[in-house]
Amino acid sequence: MDFSVDERGYYGKFGGAYIPEMLYPNVEELRQKYLDIIYEPSFQEELDELLRDYVGRPTPLYYAKRLSEKFNTKIYLKREDLAHTGAHKINNTVGQILLAKRLGKTRIIAETGAGQHGVATATVCALAGLECIVYMGQIDTERQKPNVARMKLLGAKVIPVTSGSQTLKDATNEAIRDWISNPEDTHYIIGSVVGPHPYPDMVARFQAVISAEVRQQLLYKEGTEFPTYVVACVGGGSNAAGAFYHYLNEPAVNLVAVEAAGHGVNSGLSAATSVLGSLGIIHGSKTLLMQTEDGQIVEPHSISAGLDYPGIGPMHAHLYDSGRAKFYAITDEEAMQGVVLCSRMEGIIPAIESAHAIAALHYMQLKPDDIVVLNLSGRGDKDLQTIINYLDEQDGK
Amino acid sequence: MENKIAQLFKNQSGPNLNVYFTAGFPELESTTTILQTLQEAGADLVEIGMPYSDPLADGPTIQQSNAVALRNGMSIKKLFAQLNNVRDTVTLPIILMGYLNPVLQYGFENFCREAARVGVDGLIIPDMPLIEYEEEYQAIFERYNLSAIFLITPQTSEDRIRKIDALTNSFIYMVSTASTTGNTVAGTDNQLAYFERIKQMNLKNPKLIGFGISDKKSFDLACRYAEGAIIGSAFIKVIQQPTGLQENIRDFIYLIKSGEEIFS
Repeated sequence: MDFSVDERGYYGKFGGAYIPEMLYPNVEELRQKYLDIIYEPSFQEELDELLRDYVGRPTPLYYAKRLSEKFNTKIYLKREDLAHTGAHKINNTVGQILLAKRLGKTRIIAETGAGQHGVATATVCALAGLECIVYMGQIDTERQKPNVARMKLLGAKVIPVTSGSQTLKDATNEAIRDWISNPEDTHYIIGSVVGPHPYPDMVARFQAVISAEVRQQLLYKEGTEFPTYVVACVGGGSNAAGAFYHYLNEPAVNLVAVEAAGHGVNSGLSAATSVLGSLGIIHGSKTLLMQTEDGQIVEPHSISAGLDYPGIGPMHAHLYDSGRAKFYAITDEEAMQGVVLCSRMEGIIPAIESAHAIAALHYMQLKPDDIVVLNLSGRGDKDLQTIINYLDEQDGK
Repeated sequence: MENKIAQLFKNQSGPNLNVYFTAGFPELESTTTILQTLQEAGADLVEIGMPYSDPLADGPTIQQSNAVALRNGMSIKKLFAQLNNVRDTVTLPIILMGYLNPVLQYGFENFCREAARVGVDGLIIPDMPLIEYEEEYQAIFERYNLSAIFLITPQTSEDRIRKIDALTNSFIYMVSTASTTGNTVAGTDNQLAYFERIKQMNLKNPKLIGFGISDKKSFDLACRYAEGAIIGSAFIKVIQQPTGLQENIRDFIYLIKSGEEIFS
């Protein structure tokens, strides 16, 4: 089976471009031009240079000795938390800002959940000298205050969204509405492998730098390019797409996607789309999403703003549907324990998003000779208040 | 039997007033009352919105009416039940407008069969791609004698407009400007140039201009360039008044069509 996108933007039965006519010219322009632009030598050269000197790539592949001992296996952390702005999101925004400039766009919009994509977008807009507007759910602006402050400092205008669940889904709706109203000068930098074709493929290509580096780094450290497992958390799924990308057609490598179960998969407060979702259309893409039997989108829940999304990207839906990837669902509680575990055993405070992937290690049947690459997608500074509140509760304060 | 929308435009070249309202708003059971009142008041077509949790192409007014309708318990199933005997009293062409996901969950063919059975004449599904329509859905639309109505915008290329014109058998929904619903037609030079350009294309289908039509002035302006216009958000504001639903509707339609202010 082939796991790459087809010409019409489908991964198996998932994908496509289900958009109103108002977005058609924009999306079509992008579809026609994105591959030619991305693979122009001058584009590649500029991108490589920025990834190296600005983002700080390659990010290290770190052998986590104490975690490895605990789980009696070999665990490597791909340190996307060390990329500029503190998460993998910058890989994509650097690529898209170069693309936007080549398309002649002067105004950038974005949506953000945890704020990592918003910060990454604000950062590259500052770098490129372009206007930046970031839509963020009102609830997320409150639980991710440090990132709101960073975006503002970087010169972005942050617009709190008060409709619906006031989280990532609604921020995305609002960004799409902005794009509809500004079709000529505006580029929408989508932050995950969601949205109409070509976004899922384009974002995956920009994030694929992660698995390209892992292959090289692992060859040097272990004498093989192929780990036993690649583990990554999935909200929309961009860090997982990047970590999986160069292993999609390598069946010996087990792909592990970790979703947010919130209060528990069957609690009514969850974001575990692979378990709770069904085939439908969200934000321009046919994929798996959480919905009622009438086709209304269900509001998700996760303690991590970045995983608080009712769908997954079409590539991930296909990986799930075909059995190519194994999916786990990790509760808020387990994720917080994952934060503590990684902090105290490795001296690395992970983003709550990434901590979902760490917590999944408990459920995997790991052997001593297995090589596990876990994509540590971001750092936890932005989550400090949530983490402190959790620890205080644990201490019974 | 000829489709009612086609019949309308054959008998009347304009100005046609198409009114949009959200099913289940302001009350769950107001659908039939609104339809009958619109007919008595002189609307020419009606577009019933099927509420959706995430209406991407709509502005705040329609989005809010969708949220209220869903809270009231509206669903496609419920709407078909309400429309069951509607043809006993309502002869206006009826169009259903809604996003593709709820229709897919209902089952596309089941949906079209039920729509045809209760007397619906056409469908507007703004996020249904043209290419998917041609490959998957067109045959189903035709099987049930339903018109597929497509949108064009100031950015739609001439080739694509010609293609839409060829695929359509009722009217073309001409979005007045780059925006979501609920803004105002400003009548700027750019906008008038766009209206004129489309008029000069001599399309085989009539056109109705929508988005930003809110009053007599914008309605008349649109009707100079097209066979009619569509009013949505402004009408939602009329029916969300707490009292006098039927009277308010009659006054509003009269105002748009005749231009005389009769509000007391």
